[in-house]
Amino acid sequence: MVTYARPVSDDDLVFRALADPTRRHLLDRLHARDGRTLTELESELEMTRFGVMKHLKVLEGAGLVVIRWQGREKLHYLNPMPIRLIHDRWIDKYTERRVSALAGLKAELEKHA
Amino acid sequence: MTTPTMKREDVEVFQVSIKATPEAVWNAITDPEWNRRYGYQSPSEYELRPGGAFRTLASAEMRQHGGPEVIIDGEVIESDPPRKLVQTWRPLWDPESTAEGAKRLTWEIAEGQGGVCTLTVTHEVANAPKTRYMVTGKDPNAGGGWPAVLEDLKRLLETGQPAGTATGA
Repeated sequence: MVTYARPVSDDDLVFRALADPTRRHLLDRLHARDGRTLTELESELEMTRFGVMKHLKVLEGAGLVVIRWQGREKLHYLNPMPIRLIHDRWIDKYTERRVSALAGLKAELEKHA
Repeated sequence: MTTPTMKREDVEVFQVSIKATPEAVWNAITDPEWNRRYGYQSPSEYELRPGGAFRTLASAEMRQHGGPEVIIDGEVIESDPPRKLVQTWRPLWDPESTAEGAKRLTWEIAEGQGGVCTLTVTHEVANAPKTRYMVTGKDPNAGGGWPAVLEDLKRLLETGQPAGTATGA
């Protein structure tokens, strides 16, 4: 029997979090200026406060956003680490192969030139 | 240092989960026998008490390139093993960033579930554009900054093998 049920990995959480345009927009806003409050982030979106809060929770759960308290203000900061780790251990694997395939092709063609 | 005029965006935050005990993460940060094994391979020495000295020595590779003997200095502000370390941090290998002064750096280790810790590094970089450019890994000549160091630290503790992705010449 084939079963696909398995624990949710860190990578899964990141890919799921990034699969939503509103959440990517929130990351872009923080990339433009980090350390914003919910109120600031909410003011730029056509969405209820509760909706934005839910999206931020998903980003936080994936480690893409880190909360930092400054007095009584809850500030949201972009964490570059999850995307970097995915890039290095997952995407790099494929881009590297393409590059080495091209290098191999070049060597092969030059050999016969 | 934190000043009342510091803007909220003048902070860089890096967080990584590491499958290791808080004590192992703490030692990897504060013990030169550990911290010389990842990132820039440059040993960091801490006097773990408020007011204690902090300094990072040049790696063998850096010395070959004629850099200074001490490449970063600072002071320990708070030491609460294995949970929290607050220090100042001043780069000495580049006059422009040295002139920006010592900045506050905080290491926080939180124990999670399943033997996984969360390490959060917070670098307050108000009025320090050059330092910020380097430590965030945006400077192509600065070897990757905190993202590269923390990725390597994670790899060392989880696999026993550092990748040595950060390079400082």
